[in-house]
Amino acid sequence: MSIHPDYKGVYRNKWQHLPNMKLSGLEPLELTPESNFVNIGERTNVAGSRKFLRLIKDEQFDEALSIARDQVEGGAQIIDINMDDGLIDGKEAMVKFLNLIAAEPDISRVPIMIDSSKWEIVEAGLQCVQGKCVVNSISLKEGKEKFIQEAKKIKQYGAAVVVMAFDDKGQADTYERRIGICAASYRILVEDVHFPPQDIIFDPNVFPVATGMDEHRRNALDFFLATRWIRENLPGAHVSGGISNVSFSFRGNDTVREAMHSAFLYHAIREGLDMGIVNPAMLEVYDDIPKDLLEHVEDVLLDRREDATERLLNFAENVASSGKEKVVDLAWRKTAIQERLTHSLVKGIADFIDEDVEEARQTVNEPIEVIEGHLMTGMNVVGDLFGAGKMFLPQVVKSARVMKKAVAYLLPYIEASKTDNRSKGKVLMATVKGDVHDIGKNIVSVVLGCNNYDIIDMGVMVPADKILAAAIEHNVDVIGLSGLITPSLDEMVHVAKEMELKGMNIPLLIGGATTSKVHTAVKIDQHYKSGQTVYVLDASRSVTVVSSLLSDKKDEFNAAIKTEYEQVREMYAKKKSFKKYLPLEEARANKFKIDWKAEDIQKPNLVGVKQLENYDMEELRQYIDWTPFFHTWELRGKYPEILTHELMGDEASKLFNDAQKMLDHIIAEKWLTAKASVGIWPANSVNDDDIEIYTDESRTTVLHTQFGMRQQLKKAESASNVCVADFIAPKESGFKDYIGGFVVTTGLGIEKKIAEFEADHDDYHSILLKALADRLAEAFAERLHELVRLNYWGYEEKPLEKSDLIQEKYRGIRPAPGYPANPDHTEKPGLFEILDATNLTGVTLTESMAMYPTASVSGWYFAHPEAHYFGVGKISEDQVVRLAEAKGIALERMKQWLSSNLED
Amino acid sequence: MADIRSILKKRILVLDGAMGTMIQRYHLEEEDFRRGWFENHPDSLKGNNDLLSLTRPDIIKAIHAEYLDAGADIIETNTFSGTTIAQADYHLERAAYDINYFGAKIAREVCDEFTAKNPDKPRFVAGSIGPTNVTLSLSPDVNDPGFRVTTFDKMVVAYAEQVKGLIAGGADILLVETIFDTLNAKAALFAINSVQEELGTDLPIMVSGTITDASGRTLSGQTTEAFMISVQHANLLSIGLNCALGANALRPYLQILKQKAPFFTSAHPNAGLPNEMGEYDESPAFMASQIKTFLDEGLVNIIGGCCGTTPAHIKAMADLAATYSPKEKEVIND
Repeated sequence: MSIHPDYKGVYRNKWQHLPNMKLSGLEPLELTPESNFVNIGERTNVAGSRKFLRLIKDEQFDEALSIARDQVEGGAQIIDINMDDGLIDGKEAMVKFLNLIAAEPDISRVPIMIDSSKWEIVEAGLQCVQGKCVVNSISLKEGKEKFIQEAKKIKQYGAAVVVMAFDDKGQADTYERRIGICAASYRILVEDVHFPPQDIIFDPNVFPVATGMDEHRRNALDFFLATRWIRENLPGAHVSGGISNVSFSFRGNDTVREAMHSAFLYHAIREGLDMGIVNPAMLEVYDDIPKDLLEHVEDVLLDRREDATERLLNFAENVASSGKEKVVDLAWRKTAIQERLTHSLVKGIADFIDEDVEEARQTVNEPIEVIEGHLMTGMNVVGDLFGAGKMFLPQVVKSARVMKKAVAYLLPYIEASKTDNRSKGKVLMATVKGDVHDIGKNIVSVVLGCNNYDIIDMGVMVPADKILAAAIEHNVDVIGLSGLITPSLDEMVHVAKEMELKGMNIPLLIGGATTSKVHTAVKIDQHYKSGQTVYVLDASRSVTVVSSLLSDKKDEFNAAIKTEYEQVREMYAKKKSFKKYLPLEEARANKFKIDWKAEDIQKPNLVGVKQLENYDMEELRQYIDWTPFFHTWELRGKYPEILTHELMGDEASKLFNDAQKMLDHIIAEKWLTAKASVGIWPANSVNDDDIEIYTDESRTTVLHTQFGMRQQLKKAESASNVCVADFIAPKESGFKDYIGGFVVTTGLGIEKKIAEFEADHDDYHSILLKALADRLAEAFAERLHELVRLNYWGYEEKPLEKSDLIQEKYRGIRPAPGYPANPDHTEKPGLFEILDATNLTGVTLTESMAMYPTASVSGWYFAHPEAHYFGVGKISEDQVVRLAEAKGIALERMKQWLSSNLED
Repeated sequence: MADIRSILKKRILVLDGAMGTMIQRYHLEEEDFRRGWFENHPDSLKGNNDLLSLTRPDIIKAIHAEYLDAGADIIETNTFSGTTIAQADYHLERAAYDINYFGAKIAREVCDEFTAKNPDKPRFVAGSIGPTNVTLSLSPDVNDPGFRVTTFDKMVVAYAEQVKGLIAGGADILLVETIFDTLNAKAALFAINSVQEELGTDLPIMVSGTITDASGRTLSGQTTEAFMISVQHANLLSIGLNCALGANALRPYLQILKQKAPFFTSAHPNAGLPNEMGEYDESPAFMASQIKTFLDEGLVNIIGGCCGTTPAHIKAMADLAATYSPKEKEVIND
């Protein structure tokens, strides 16, 4: 049942059409109809806690923060912060404390209630809190105008508001005054200010009871009644209050006070109170209140008897005050020393760090071992948790501060244990040019500073020349570069190059969010050979890295880094080729695009196949490209310069003379016979990668389909993924295109002469003959291509100079199946078949698709001006599958044929 | 101006992609950042991309046009760092207003050209308001956690100047984006509110936060929902997430926004996370395939790209978005 005669039962939210009130710290707090009661921590209030006031006055902020933390750990869902005291600068204290809280994630996870009667303090507080907070409080005390003005500002800052039942006549102390002022305030807020109604919280004034004064007898009762009225009549509004006020007259008797708070809350909540400023340590469980005590307390709260106050006072004298123990889970304090230190670092608890560090110090020989051992172990846990997303930055920063405190404790011991007091070295830190991010750099500076290194911090956006100049000027031992954005990576490479140019050998540390060991090894380390570059994963590793770099064992350390980076580079090279392949569909979408024009396609003079028999060897001799001939003999140089080369000239000339003599014999005595089959057919590309070759101009019957291989390596911007089929007009373009093919040989009859030389054990002439036969075959291919361009196809008007021939300055290409532009050897039989090559030239294909005689060349002719040589390179599985299916070859077999083209 | 709210009820709108990534393709030199405006400025200006709206408007307009060609409905002005606070690193505080005014003006011109060509697809200019490079919630000095580089008031003044420039230059929307510290964003929203009240304007506001690490929180430590609650007072057009993560990683957080926010939702993710070499390598097709899951789930009303995305990415998204319509959802503040 309700205490209020107009309403029935326990209050149930009746404003379900309005949104719930939502507040936030680092985490959200939503007041749902089911959330019952939100308790607001009251102890960070200088007006309510002498201890807190003293701490703030003495600027003992660490301890003041512990009070806030205790409240949150104790279950406070919002913390109320009040700095209203004549002896302190309230605004400054509010800003300072809120800023400190922002760095304490286990406190700032809950929303903040900014509690002040001074507007300037309220506004200063609102400017410090990222979450949605609550202002406590505003009222009509100084008139409507000021009330509206402040409410508007609060709305603009995006906070909820507590409105005190207060007007120009004073604080509301009766039921009527309470509901009157609250109703008036509500109307102004909702109608004039358009304040979201769900963000309005009324405080109808909790006043003491049992004071002995008659006018206070109804203080609690009227509060209950007003609460109910507000909740029933002011849509969406909430009710809150400072609960401990009610028991003011029982100060010193905590048993009675606790019982009174609990009983007060019990009834107020039933009437609709849904928030309250309480001290959780000063609450008894309602059901655990002794029945007789409860009866006396409720008599007072509900004003049930004339003598209620007297009876309670008498009763209270017999109730011993039994102060409650603060319950904080300190079980972790019983664990081993490393666990305790790790716990403190992970949780960011500084309270026990000095004693724990001292304990750890007793167990080691040198105090520095505590840092390098115990503390670093803890920080590594922090690093791992952060990496796994189980901690976030403000928590990590807190851990760093505990670390700093631990180091500060150890510093005097470290100093004392040192024979001299010099710093361990100078480290220059800078965020590189173009980058303004410095949080990480600052953390590294602090950690290194804690470890007794002198830090020269150059700040952000530091150009390379300034870094280098400062490094030299200060004679630093290590340079640390930091950066967050991706262009900083290039700038770091630039700094490394500059250091190399200057011949510096100062170790170079690389760190920051986008940096990586791979980038350091692949892109930076290699540009700074005169010194060592080291990637530093995070601040915790910076100390070990720097101390290693500056220790006696630095050579071993550097060697280990060098080996590691070499491996990283190898891995990267492998991974790179692995990673950067496009799916075949995407590669096709990025095909080599030709703007097809009629004038670029020449109708050939020859359509069909033509045989060339016993081609004139004397003529072919003129087409020999001699440079590769010398290469066969391991003479690496260009013809004709090689003949007069200082070292190789004599040998080359002798070889060349022998070759000329043998050529004379070859031609005169007809040692070798040259034959060719050449054909040109109507053709169009289909399905992106394939070329359909037709029997005749009607283009109705497919003579043969050539299956092309397409590059799949991911290309730089504007480069294409090429396939030979890109050089033939697509069927759907409507252009009538053509393709040619050829097989030439100059090896017919060679076995007989080779057998003769070998019988004489004349290897020299045997090899010479084979080499010349090869050259003649190539020369034949060159000459035949020329004939095709000039006559059979007829798209070129006059012959090119020989040097231009060798440099392939002609239009069109003649790629061979099995060679880079189309590495698929199984394309050869098709070419041979349509050329009737074995019949017309005598060249056969072995099982492994090699041509015999070996002095033979085959290939396709592409005539488009934009056709060019290229290498297919590595391809992905999807393309192998498609080729196997298209060609009707078993996948495993296809993979064997293309084994050297499969991506790793 | 066409009413963007009513358009958003009918279709998914597409925001443009990265500006920085596109600028990098031009391989600009120091002189490009100075031309005609800052010839004798003592500091190096290369990399201060916002200046290009003044010194190389041809390039910025060309990039805007590429994105509009690709199908973007909304383009962001080149003003991400256009506050006196962000420009202080270059000692170019004096350029802040011009950056915003001209940044919005050239975007306006290109948008109007495209709208004129196809009035059925009106294009919008979103004035980009970046986070600056300072944090109001965190101390840069680990030894002094209570220290702050600047104040809320100073930040409001800086943002107000930016907002005035953007509005004067012709922005349709104000986009507070890449929010890593909600308090900075609250200062921006405070400034927007004050300026709009002063000018009597009512430009819709988009807000977009950044989840920076695996914990799923902003740099300043807020969860997605806490972030949303903290900026909800500003009567937004949309709330969303951008940068830092690729599309796939954003999904769980977009689900929270879709479920909880009384606004339209947006996402403009990066083309994945930068790889070890600092390159973004999610292809347009791959990104589109991830964004398809957003659309299938009805998670977003506005989709676009952040770092590493290009007109090809935006085209892939626009083609995809055209095949979807917004899922039913009550939007309170229309």
